[in-house]
Amino acid sequence: MKYVATFLVLFGVYVLLAGIVVQELILGAVISLALTFIIAKYVNYEIDNKLPYRILVFVFLYLPVFLWQLVLANFSVARRVLSIKIPLNPGIVKIETDLEGDFGKLLLANSITLTPGTLSIDIDGKNLYVHTIDVKGKTPEENKEDISGLFERLIGVIFK
Amino acid sequence: MEIVSYVFMIIGGFFYLLGGLGVLRMPDVFDRIQAGTKATTLGAFSVLLGIGILNPEWLFKALLIIIFIALSNPIGSSVLAKAAYKSSAKPNNLVQDDLKDSLGGEDNVN
Repeated sequence: MKYVATFLVLFGVYVLLAGIVVQELILGAVISLALTFIIAKYVNYEIDNKLPYRILVFVFLYLPVFLWQLVLANFSVARRVLSIKIPLNPGIVKIETDLEGDFGKLLLANSITLTPGTLSIDIDGKNLYVHTIDVKGKTPEENKEDISGLFERLIGVIFK
Repeated sequence: MEIVSYVFMIIGGFFYLLGGLGVLRMPDVFDRIQAGTKATTLGAFSVLLGIGILNPEWLFKALLIIIFIALSNPIGSSVLAKAAYKSSAKPNNLVQDDLKDSLGGEDNVN
């Protein structure tokens, strides 16, 4: 199962890059097969019957929110950069995440980096250290809700 | 269609400009990284999407590049920020610093 999934991903990327031509398809299949045997033992996907549901949540719930936040982030950067005196109240705050699994944490850290005013710096087990331009909350819980609450719930649905 | 793609490219160029301006204007390293990362990510998305719309053969390649940028750009900036923190390039205007306790602050410089 793991081998099949790895092969499909590699082959899909190859076809997207090379286009649909018969020779390219054959070569792509051979190369993907060879690579599959090398790297499949390093990957750990979890494939179960909830996978289609997770993909749906990812595409229709997570992606729109993420893109919207990315646009907002850019306007907040624009506002800061173009104002005469740059408004700043920066700090590094600790956020505890309930997510488990490396890929979920990676997605959370990346989402935090690309949302308005925040940049994840380091991760250490359950704790995520985030630099934020404007520290709003007084307590760790307030900060968590402010910075990662929304994404944490969304990603929690995808990676339990 | 052509006009739509040029609009996307111009928007992308504008955000690239803002990113560069942000790197120049922000006062300390973390704020600079923030301005740089966000603006260039959306700038790249926008330019690539514009190219994809202009030439539909390239649309899937452009989407693939967008996915790779979305995955790698934030990781790169996190690593830069961590390196900056560890080499004590941190600004003195932080109102709160939770990372200090975790890394042992100044003593942990490698």
